Amino acid sequence: MIADIGLIALAIAFVFTVYATLASAYGGWRGRWDWVESARNASLLAFPFLTISVIAVVYSLYALDFSQAYVYDVSSEAMSPFLRVTALWGGQEGSILFWAWMMSGFVAAVLLRKWERDRELMPYFTTTAMLTTAFFVGVVLFITNPFTRLWHIEGAAELTQAIFQPANSMPYFPEDGGGLNPLLRHFGMIGHPPTTYLGFTGFVIPFSFAIAALITGKSRGDEWIRTTRRWTLVAWIFLSIGLILGGRWAYDVLGWGGFWGWDPVENAMLMPWLTGTAFLHSVMMTEKRGMMKRWNMVLIILTYSLALFGTFITRTGVISSVHAFAKSALGPAFFAFIGLTFIGSVSILYQRWDTLKSEHALESFISRESAFVLQNMLFLAITFAVFWGTIFPLISELVTDTKITVGPPYFQKATGPLFFVLVLLMGVTPLLAWRKQAVRALGKAIWIPFLASLGIAGIWGYAHRMHPASILGLWLVTVTLSLILAEFWKGIQARRATRGEDPFTALFHLIGRNHRRYGGYIIHISVVLIALGFIGDASFKLETQGTVSSGESLVVGDYQLRFDQLRGYPGSDGRDIVEAVTTLSQGSGEAIRTLNPRRDYFVVQEQPVTVPGVYSTLGKDVYVLLVGWDDGGQSATFKIYVNSLINWVWIGGLMMIVGTLIAAWSNPGQWEATYVLKPGALTSHPLPQES
Amino acid sequence: MQNMKRKLFLVLLTIIASLFVVRVVFAQGGTPGFPTDDDVNRVAKKLYCPVCPNTPLDVCETKACEDWRAQIRDQLSEGWSEQQVIDYFVAQYGERVLAEPQRKGFTSLVWFLPLTAVLIGAGVVYEILKNWQKQKTAATAVSSPPEISKELLEKIEREIRELD
Repeated sequence: MIADIGLIALAIAFVFTVYATLASAYGGWRGRWDWVESARNASLLAFPFLTISVIAVVYSLYALDFSQAYVYDVSSEAMSPFLRVTALWGGQEGSILFWAWMMSGFVAAVLLRKWERDRELMPYFTTTAMLTTAFFVGVVLFITNPFTRLWHIEGAAELTQAIFQPANSMPYFPEDGGGLNPLLRHFGMIGHPPTTYLGFTGFVIPFSFAIAALITGKSRGDEWIRTTRRWTLVAWIFLSIGLILGGRWAYDVLGWGGFWGWDPVENAMLMPWLTGTAFLHSVMMTEKRGMMKRWNMVLIILTYSLALFGTFITRTGVISSVHAFAKSALGPAFFAFIGLTFIGSVSILYQRWDTLKSEHALESFISRESAFVLQNMLFLAITFAVFWGTIFPLISELVTDTKITVGPPYFQKATGPLFFVLVLLMGVTPLLAWRKQAVRALGKAIWIPFLASLGIAGIWGYAHRMHPASILGLWLVTVTLSLILAEFWKGIQARRATRGEDPFTALFHLIGRNHRRYGGYIIHISVVLIALGFIGDASFKLETQGTVSSGESLVVGDYQLRFDQLRGYPGSDGRDIVEAVTTLSQGSGEAIRTLNPRRDYFVVQEQPVTVPGVYSTLGKDVYVLLVGWDDGGQSATFKIYVNSLINWVWIGGLMMIVGTLIAAWSNPGQWEATYVLKPGALTSHPLPQES
Repeated sequence: MQNMKRKLFLVLLTIIASLFVVRVVFAQGGTPGFPTDDDVNRVAKKLYCPVCPNTPLDVCETKACEDWRAQIRDQLSEGWSEQQVIDYFVAQYGERVLAEPQRKGFTSLVWFLPLTAVLIGAGVVYEILKNWQKQKTAATAVSSPPEISKELLEKIEREIRELD
């Protein structure tokens, strides 16, 4: 009953989205505003109907209606109500419905807020955004429908999945479901899909505005950029949070002691993040200098296409095997839609190419403008290297019929040097002036932080001379960080001198006066901290594995891990737990704490999950895995990683959120300030003239 | 004094030399307990599980991978070098077991293309900047700085006063 309501609501939503696409396109083409209004109403209505559909799925998951194939797949008696609800995004059907629902929500929010302000862009904005929404709703309705039921056809050995009752069949009600994949039962994996989808779907807003601006010929001005700036930031930060949560999940659950493995699924998410970050920067050039308009268009088209591509990769499993592609209609449908989106937007861009000329000329090679172009190109180069490495196994299989693996060594070597230059540029660019930077003044601004970084990196490098490769990385981190901090320092000093504020008030006011700039700097600092985590992972990681009897110790670095005993007990959510009791000590043998690495065996799913025992500090994590044990529990095998600096990745992630919130916050008085001119100010001080 | 320095130098030399000896012995597998789990993992890290998607052999938890690691252990204890073990796995299970793609044949394209892309990118950056600079010389030739007349300024002033 509930499922039927959900199904009907889904079908109605599909009709609305298709109608909105066609009506807005017709209205825009013929200049018929009534059609556009009607399309808007249909788009606004699609959202509540999709909401009903989502609620129907969530309710069925909660109430355990196992006659539905999706519920049977991902929910089970043993799961807590909370986990049952999160199972909405635990499988394919629910995920794509969830995605379509969020996208529809974003579009509805824009149509409610921006309708009057960007009237000219609205018809084609609606067309573009609703076309994508219609595609996703269509996929949910016709290809991976979450309301499919289980049927038993007379004489058949296997169950049939269908929405409507097949001939000679009986509805089938299983006693219990398979339940959510045990690996997904972690806060990271509960938060990761919604944030990722919010990030992916959020980019539909700037993308649709860009296409509308191109079609209407309004792309020359930068209104569409101002309108979408905050939407882009929201999409970007959700994508960033999604990436970090995914990394945290991998670290806690996958049991290989790392947080980033250059897996195709991770890369699929990194690519739109890279181009999206480039886009956030190139729009600044358009706002401040009227330059890089073509870049904006290329970058937003790439970002959106890559977001679709990411969904395609993760949802069809095409990378692990070409054959997964043909298994369902999902692969071909996505492939066709991505092609359509990409080719369609590129050809529209091509027609408007000449109108997107730069308004200003470059005055000097040493200027912020040049740094921005370089920075954008670096982002694109990294994206290409990641893209190529991700799809190459596929190409190899198609062309030479040989399966190959492109693992972390490739990605580290191909992107490492590019990331290095990019981070360095992040420190230097804010010091460069627009138009033209005098070299002497730049030298003056740089030399103190530069010498300081050499000093710190030198001392640090001496302390860690066993890892010579890390010194360059450590220098990079110190120089970039000190350049950014110097910017804060200068601002604070200026306020102290002019207003006599104490340092903390000065810092507070400094950030408050210019949210975008200092929010941006805080994000840059967070990137440096994350880079620190990557350097620790690449250079300082220690690992050892060994089998020890009760009372014996394993040694790694200056840590010792003593195995005390093994114990087993039944856990929640239908799992049997085997847990080792071990004591970690450092140096001459003083015990730090007890660690309990575990192996959880999920009985129904017949799947083991490794839960590490972790001793975590700002400098290092000691990460212990229980690999195996003998039958009597007298000896056990452990794998120990010492992960240096890894926690800075998570700290950097939190800081990135704070920085983005500050940057997205509108500055009070930013616009009013335009009018605070004293009488006589203009005639006595003529405006500086453009040269 | 001279003697002292020479002695110190000799001591240092001995220490360094002994470090080398230890390394060599280690590599030959003469140390007791060789090959340890760490020795096996060092090789397994460079290989990918031949059957599971995208899982390095040193962390793969399947029974098959356990057997493969045991095989590496046997091969190492028989005196095989790391490269010999890797070559054996490639011969048995194909190129897909290599974590780092080869730099020969069709596979070399994976390395070659990003490098080309970076070079092309550098060229494009240069072209763009050059183009923008040309635009400057063209722009300064035609456009003159915008002029604001005295009357207009006074009109703005008046309006600002009215705003207050």
